[in-house]
Amino acid sequence: MERQVVFIVFLLLNFTALASELILLDSQSPQTQAIWVYTSWERHGLVGSEIKLYCSFFSWRWLSEDVSFSWSYKPEAAKDSISIFHFARGQAYVDNKGPFRDRLEFVGNPKRRDGSILIRNLEYNDNGTFTCDAKNPPDIVGRPSSVKLLVFDRVPTRAGVITGAIIGSVLGVVILILALYYLMRFLVARRVLSLKKGKKKSGKEGSQQRQVGVKDVLTYLQLEILES
Amino acid sequence: MLILLFAIVILHIAALVLLFVSTIVNAWVSDNGSTADLWQNCSSSDTGVHCVVGYTGEWIQAVQAMMILSIIFSIISLFLFICQLFTLQKGGRFFLTGTFQILASLFVMSGAIIYTVKYRDWISGDASFGYAYILAWVAFPLALISGLIYVILRKRE
Repeated sequence: MERQVVFIVFLLLNFTALASELILLDSQSPQTQAIWVYTSWERHGLVGSEIKLYCSFFSWRWLSEDVSFSWSYKPEAAKDSISIFHFARGQAYVDNKGPFRDRLEFVGNPKRRDGSILIRNLEYNDNGTFTCDAKNPPDIVGRPSSVKLLVFDRVPTRAGVITGAIIGSVLGVVILILALYYLMRFLVARRVLSLKKGKKKSGKEGSQQRQVGVKDVLTYLQLEILES
Repeated sequence: MLILLFAIVILHIAALVLLFVSTIVNAWVSDNGSTADLWQNCSSSDTGVHCVVGYTGEWIQAVQAMMILSIIFSIISLFLFICQLFTLQKGGRFFLTGTFQILASLFVMSGAIIYTVKYRDWISGDASFGYAYILAWVAFPLALISGLIYVILRKRE
């Protein structure tokens, strides 16, 4: 009973500490709060297929009505980026003049802080960096996040995937075989023990002690098959 | 008997060391100034040795997996040998130890074979095979012989 009380008091103290921390953070000057935008680091796409570029944000403020997302694109060898997508006040504006006209679609859900876009019919010229910038007024100070798009005609296997798969499967098979073998040995030993007990009850002398081996496992399997 | 055991353990450890060196050292293929192995391609210039990540095809990953598996099985076989030395009854054979060592030798053999067959995929020009590749081929018969000795050996004394 005492320990439960101590535990409850401990939890309450933790909650109050956490709550006071949050209140302190909120009452600090707005410049210390920032909006954190996050996207993937790198995406691989196949020529001709479609790819979804994910963008979301974290903000200390509640979601406002004026939440906005902007995507811009910088080709691989270029220095400037062009704007390809903008979402503001519930309306999505998609690129209709640039390299992505008729290929871009907004598939995000701003109410769930999701500002993802979908690009169809990937081309080799789509290689480059896509930058997502999200704003949640009054929380507007933050750094946009970039995702690098690589377009392949054949998606290359990542380093180490096949290596790990081969190693894992071989070791798994070996462990399985060993486990089965020792399980069989254990079952055979049990059966030998029960047989010996039966023999002793009927008065005969027990056979000499010897280790259970492969022959015993095979005999046991034969007996099981005959009985079933 | 003790000398025999000692010699067998030395052979086993020699095979294991060869496996380690072959897997780790960057010398499977060497050109003038640049070497490559299963993991990296290195080139030495005036500023020093500069290495980049190697290829990521399926076959090179298979060779990587085979070499690592052979090392793992060889180490397990060494542990099993020490274990069975104390627990095996008189007249028994080191079957488990021998099996694992023979499996290790088979893995290194298949790794070396895959590398030999497929090396044109990732090495071009007139590059020659380096010493790590040769060590892999030498480790294969050493491990095989040591595994067979374990299977034939009977525990005496």
